[in-house]
Amino acid sequence: MKKNNDIIQQIGFSILFFCIIITLFFLGLIIFFISIRGMSVISWEFLTQVPKSSMTQGGVAPAIVGTFYLTLGAILFALPLGLACAIYLCEYTPKGFVVNLIRVSINNLAGVPSVVFGLFGLAVFVNFFGFGVSILSGSLTLGIVILPLIISSTQEALMAVPQSIREASLSLGATKWETIKNIVLPTALPGILTGVILSIGRAAGETAPILFTAAAFYMRGYPKSIFSEVMALPYHIYALMTEGAHPDKQRAIAYGCSLILLWLVLLISGFAIFIRQRQRGVHG
Amino acid sequence: MHPRIKEKIYKWIFTVFAFSSLVFLLGIIIVLFKEGLPIFQKVSFSKFIFGKTWYPTYDPPEFGILPLILASVWVTVGAIFICVPLGVGSALYLHEIAGYKQRAILKPLIELLASIPSVVYGFFGMMILTPFLQNIFNLPTGLTALNASIILGIMATPTVCSLADDALNYVPKAFREASFAVGANRWQTLTKVVIPAAGSGISTAIILGMSRAIGETMTVLMVAGGASAIPKSFFQPVRPMTAAIAAEMGEAPMGGDHYHALFAIALVLFLITFVFNIIAEIISRRYRIKLGLSG
Repeated sequence: MKKNNDIIQQIGFSILFFCIIITLFFLGLIIFFISIRGMSVISWEFLTQVPKSSMTQGGVAPAIVGTFYLTLGAILFALPLGLACAIYLCEYTPKGFVVNLIRVSINNLAGVPSVVFGLFGLAVFVNFFGFGVSILSGSLTLGIVILPLIISSTQEALMAVPQSIREASLSLGATKWETIKNIVLPTALPGILTGVILSIGRAAGETAPILFTAAAFYMRGYPKSIFSEVMALPYHIYALMTEGAHPDKQRAIAYGCSLILLWLVLLISGFAIFIRQRQRGVHG
Repeated sequence: MHPRIKEKIYKWIFTVFAFSSLVFLLGIIIVLFKEGLPIFQKVSFSKFIFGKTWYPTYDPPEFGILPLILASVWVTVGAIFICVPLGVGSALYLHEIAGYKQRAILKPLIELLASIPSVVYGFFGMMILTPFLQNIFNLPTGLTALNASIILGIMATPTVCSLADDALNYVPKAFREASFAVGANRWQTLTKVVIPAAGSGISTAIILGMSRAIGETMTVLMVAGGASAIPKSFFQPVRPMTAAIAAEMGEAPMGGDHYHALFAIALVLFLITFVFNIIAEIISRRYRIKLGLSG
């Protein structure tokens, strides 16, 4: 009987191990194929030149630059809002009803499908405010997408600050704001930055929110102002696969773009995941 | 400035900013209603939801989104068959079996899988999975509901895994110790004590995984094939709601019927994910109370 149970346990454990192995196999497969096939396209020219001959030659520099602008804009918009929201929830501890209301809206905002954000951006930023299809509209839309992520990671960082430090500061006569500014925020800073880095990875890879708010398939040069349309890596991959007249040549370029985007996001997110794990301890 | 006034101003600023999520969520709801409802002056609500043909650019146009809803349901159900066993299985392994060192390596890798952009998943599906499926099943096209289900399933796996992992975390250690104390081995403890105790937490993880899959846009846009007929098998191209919105919004004239119809689809989609999220929220709150943790 005892032996039988041991065998069942062994089989059960093996099945669960198999589940995680399959999951990670897909991670490996995606990285492997895109890296191998994209490698041949990558060159200095590919990274630094503008597209030529209707997207069949030249590089994708404007798309890389565009992704940088959009991501930067999204962070500039979402970070102050997210920080303030997390500080309010953790430090000013409002009434239960208010906390619940804000928490439920953060959770639901995080669950909104990305294309719905795109429609919201189109209706509000592009049309209602008249920003047009532009870096500004795209950044604001992406900012809303990453807002829940910034709030929850900042909250986690603030909650990890020991209560005793706050009390020590308050007992020395510092006001609430002085305590937050001089004690809590500096202590929580590494955790907050980790959340920001994760959000950068997320914003850089999002496509659906910028489909109708910022992205252009082809531009001759670089965007001139925040009201310009912009090329972006994720949208460029999609457009190369679905538009244009030279599918074969475009496919090769799409592999190159996927390689850049994949490794960009893997490195950014990997760095943040690594740091966060050290902050939380393994079981966090 | 007097310090007390300064304090009040700061608190006031934080309070206002704290409601930003609520403002954006309400903004999204208002926009979807405002831009989506006008279509119901042209098509009745039941004809919109249960209409079997989606020909928005024909003359006269047909705005029946049943094929799109069913396509979303099909690919999501297909994804569940992949993300539930893989996600829950991985979480059980990570939380209950893996040692400290294994967990320290495996968990970040799962999180890394979650960070891959959806357009890269879509691209992978188009370039690698499509020819593969076309060959083994001998299909006229590899861009099918099956393809979308597989990719969505892989994408939702890390979500299910990390939420199920959290759920397992809430199971008090005393439960496991009590089980060991009466002579159960680790597997018996896992299947007879831990999984039942974490059951509703794990179901929350599955619901949120489904919510993620049904709202996913770029992958289904790229690999589902795009045909807007009512799906009959996994081996045919389909057009889920998200794909229809993303593919057609660029061509729909602003303020026209097609434009309003696409917003109405987004409204339906939003309501579905909203309900999923609320259900998950309610279950997880009850679950924590059941385990004696604060709500």
